[in-house]
Amino acid sequence: MPSAAEYQLLAPEILLAAAGLLLLLGGAIGRGMGNRESALVSIVSLALTAGLVLRVQSVIPGRMLVLGGSFVLDGFSFFWKLLVLMATALVVLLSVRFLDEGNYRASEYYALLLLATSGMLFMASGYTLLTIWISLETMALASYILAGYFKRERRSNEAALKYFILGALSSGILLYGISLLYGATGTVQLAGLSEGLRNAQGNPLVPLGWLMLAAGLFFKVAAVPFHIWTPDVYVGAPTPVTAWLAVASKAASFAILLRIFYEGLGSVKVEWQAVVAVVAAVTMIWGNIAALTQQNVKRMLAYSSIAHAGYVLIGVLAVSQVGLWSVIFYLLAYSFITLGAFGTVILLERKEYAGETIADYAGLARRSPFLAAMMLLFMLALTGIPPTGGFVGKFYLFAAAVEGGWGWVAVIGVLTSAISLYYYFGIVLNMYLRDSDQTTPTPLHAPALVGAIAFCAFATLALGILPGPFIDFAKNSLLPLP
Amino acid sequence: MFDWVHNVPILSIVCYVPLAGALIVMFAMKSGQEAAIRKFATGVVFVDFLISLPLWFAFDRGGDLFQFRESAPWIDSIGVRYEFGIDGIALLLVLLTTLLGFISFLSSWSAIHTREKEYYVFLLLLQTGMLGVFMAMDFFLFYVFWEVMLVPMYFLIGIWGGPRKLYAAIKFFLYTLVGSVLMLLGILALYFYNAGGLLGWQGLGNPATFFIPQFHEIGASIPLDLQVWIFLAFFVGFAIKVPMFPFHTWLPDAHVEAPTAGSVILAGVLLKMGTYGFVRFSLPILPDATLKLLPWMAALSLIGILYGALVAMAQKDMKKLVAYSSVSHLGFVMLGLFALNGPGINGGVLQMINHGLSTGALFLLVGIIYERRHTRMIADYGGLSSEMPLYATAFLIITLSSIGLPTLNGFVGEFTILVGAFHRVWWWGLLAAIGIVLGAAYMLWMYQRVFFGPLTNSENKGLPDLNGREILYLAPLILLCFWIGLYPRPFFRVLEKPVQYVMEKVDHTYATAVAAAPSAVPAPAAAAGE
Repeated sequence: MPSAAEYQLLAPEILLAAAGLLLLLGGAIGRGMGNRESALVSIVSLALTAGLVLRVQSVIPGRMLVLGGSFVLDGFSFFWKLLVLMATALVVLLSVRFLDEGNYRASEYYALLLLATSGMLFMASGYTLLTIWISLETMALASYILAGYFKRERRSNEAALKYFILGALSSGILLYGISLLYGATGTVQLAGLSEGLRNAQGNPLVPLGWLMLAAGLFFKVAAVPFHIWTPDVYVGAPTPVTAWLAVASKAASFAILLRIFYEGLGSVKVEWQAVVAVVAAVTMIWGNIAALTQQNVKRMLAYSSIAHAGYVLIGVLAVSQVGLWSVIFYLLAYSFITLGAFGTVILLERKEYAGETIADYAGLARRSPFLAAMMLLFMLALTGIPPTGGFVGKFYLFAAAVEGGWGWVAVIGVLTSAISLYYYFGIVLNMYLRDSDQTTPTPLHAPALVGAIAFCAFATLALGILPGPFIDFAKNSLLPLP
Repeated sequence: MFDWVHNVPILSIVCYVPLAGALIVMFAMKSGQEAAIRKFATGVVFVDFLISLPLWFAFDRGGDLFQFRESAPWIDSIGVRYEFGIDGIALLLVLLTTLLGFISFLSSWSAIHTREKEYYVFLLLLQTGMLGVFMAMDFFLFYVFWEVMLVPMYFLIGIWGGPRKLYAAIKFFLYTLVGSVLMLLGILALYFYNAGGLLGWQGLGNPATFFIPQFHEIGASIPLDLQVWIFLAFFVGFAIKVPMFPFHTWLPDAHVEAPTAGSVILAGVLLKMGTYGFVRFSLPILPDATLKLLPWMAALSLIGILYGALVAMAQKDMKKLVAYSSVSHLGFVMLGLFALNGPGINGGVLQMINHGLSTGALFLLVGIIYERRHTRMIADYGGLSSEMPLYATAFLIITLSSIGLPTLNGFVGEFTILVGAFHRVWWWGLLAAIGIVLGAAYMLWMYQRVFFGPLTNSENKGLPDLNGREILYLAPLILLCFWIGLYPRPFFRVLEKPVQYVMEKVDHTYATAVAAAPSAVPAPAAAAGE
């Protein structure tokens, strides 16, 4: 039976889940809480949760297993928790104005966001395959509803349905893989699993098990060939939800992917490295090539997020110190960049797809120079051009690949990032090199949203010019290498 | 008199003054005040040029290889440092950049009338990027500047360019980006080889660093196969920038579409980054690969010389003609560098400067006539010398400088390169000499068709001659052409040490040969035909 002291260490997760339930309740009583009040409650509870995470981190010496070895508290988990909390807080800022425009009930939206985020916190700390699976489902179920939150819009319905069906399938595959591994080793705890796999060599269940496990994880991070859901869901979901899926959900999924591959499957490292290398290469190639022809910005960013999953996988497969902190640093930078880019999309978006095509960015530099300048910065960062965090992140990833002997993956990586310039600069070309006409939308007036975008832009630059402190931070968040 | 230069971070000041100017223009000046922006931005680069001048006087010719050093930690965890410093080669290129920067700003006053605020912001940012490339002594820092510079250039071509500007802008960006990302892999390979090893190669176990002279030190110890890989990675990056045949196809597009100032900077400075990359990195860091691939490099250079000249001859558009002449002239620079001897490298580096001066001036001159007549077609002109005598004179001097007439700068550079090439393989020199003849042919033929003969096109009647501002920005270029042509010694003197350094690195036998018989290797100054 876990002691009260152990529950204290779970305070951040408990607080966030409680805040989510509170919002749900607040929405049900009387006429319900308004958009702004709910957003405020969400921001405050996210901030308090982050404070509690830091508090827990300060009392934990190194690494600690609690709840009978199913929940781990280490620097690695704290990093991801802080990252998803910050990303979710920014998504809340992105959402307020958007919900006003769409005229949907707000408190349930924020409640689902917080509940899903508490699922992410559990993911970051999960130490048995089942804990991880259940927390993943907590996140996923809330995400399905959020993707379909704009229930009067057909494409939002479509997004939710596709996401749900494919997501459920992948969860099933994941769970089946877990059961096979359990059958082969008799445990679901990661440390025990790694040990058990070493002794179970030659058992045909083992490769089948971890391949299924890997397939489920690749689905969650949207790696090719498990990416089919991504473009439709990203386009159909309300844009703040898209941003949140592209950033927080992806980050949390990478957290468990790293945790499972490094700690659970450490003893079959050589085998999964080969698989990850192929998946990374295919993902970078396909994500970037498919993005080339997109006219809808959300769809383009969806393919770009697929491509970026490929880049992050380079850091995963390197299995080295550099590889680990490159993943951590890259996802940190990517979060700011992507949230900023989606924030800009939200500012231009109107009902019924209006403002979502690349042509709608025509002449933005004349109409709102600072918004255009920030978008330019995000596009540069996504391409990986200095002085932005995107460049430093990619630099580390490629460095990790070269160091680890994955030169061919690095070559594919650099060439596909050069290709990506073409579609990212499609937006830049419209903003700066074309003139606007009557149909191009004017950006919304939304100070909180613009503030959030400016913060992302500032962070993108800071990560690119002075990455030192962030790298030191990333270095305190490492996993033991297999 | 110039001692104070050593007490201030002079290189950082020179590098970041344009950046500061860009920020001021961006945040403190409104789009309505075009005249003020124009004057302020030009003032900024002029001040920057003045600040950079003391470098020439304070540079100790006999002193350290790299001077005006600045050093500070930047990203400790991977050994990236903020390292600035220039040797004689970089000194000349920095001065060329600040001078051409000022001149291109001045030339933009009458050429650019739309979105001027953005124009000068991008031009100022470009200036900082280019200066940083020549000053950086840390590979990471170098790469940052190398890429940063692409962005403003993209906008300069894309916003203020000609009819096919969108195509030309993205083509320029994509080509150079592909080159630079492969170069990045080369840099990483060097980094890991120096530190811990990579792939199958056992590393050296040195502290992790991106400090460029450290790679010069370890260069000779890198195994040949790794050297060749890194050389090829660098080669793509630099050869696209130079541009060497067959990577040159972006250049005519970019040049023809870019506004005059863009062309001047592109031809004058940006292309030099490629050749600078070869002489700073490929040659001294990868000597064995250089020797192994020497025939290929020479072949591509010679093809570039002849092909560029032949294509230039067929052009009807003056700007395109000058663009292809750049391919030919840069082929000379490459041939000189890969002659791997004193005269060759000296001539190659000097010719980088010469090309910057004369081709920069040619683009300015074409821009001047384009502003008056809005056409660059040779066929639209004829007999201009009677209408615009001053213009015709300036054009003639620059044409002669470009084709290498004695007493002008082109002669000194090309002659020295030819000496080097003949020394290495006699028929390289022979083929290159044919290139010079072709160069004279297409330049003089163009000159003849534009300036001589009767004034056939009545629209050309009464075209105004050069005005004061135009004379102001052409004069320094013409003076420098004469200076280098008549008395190149100060320039060779600055290059003496760095060129010797490159040769010691690239040719293991060089240092011993010098010690044994100082006269066996032709002294650079003597070979320059003073």
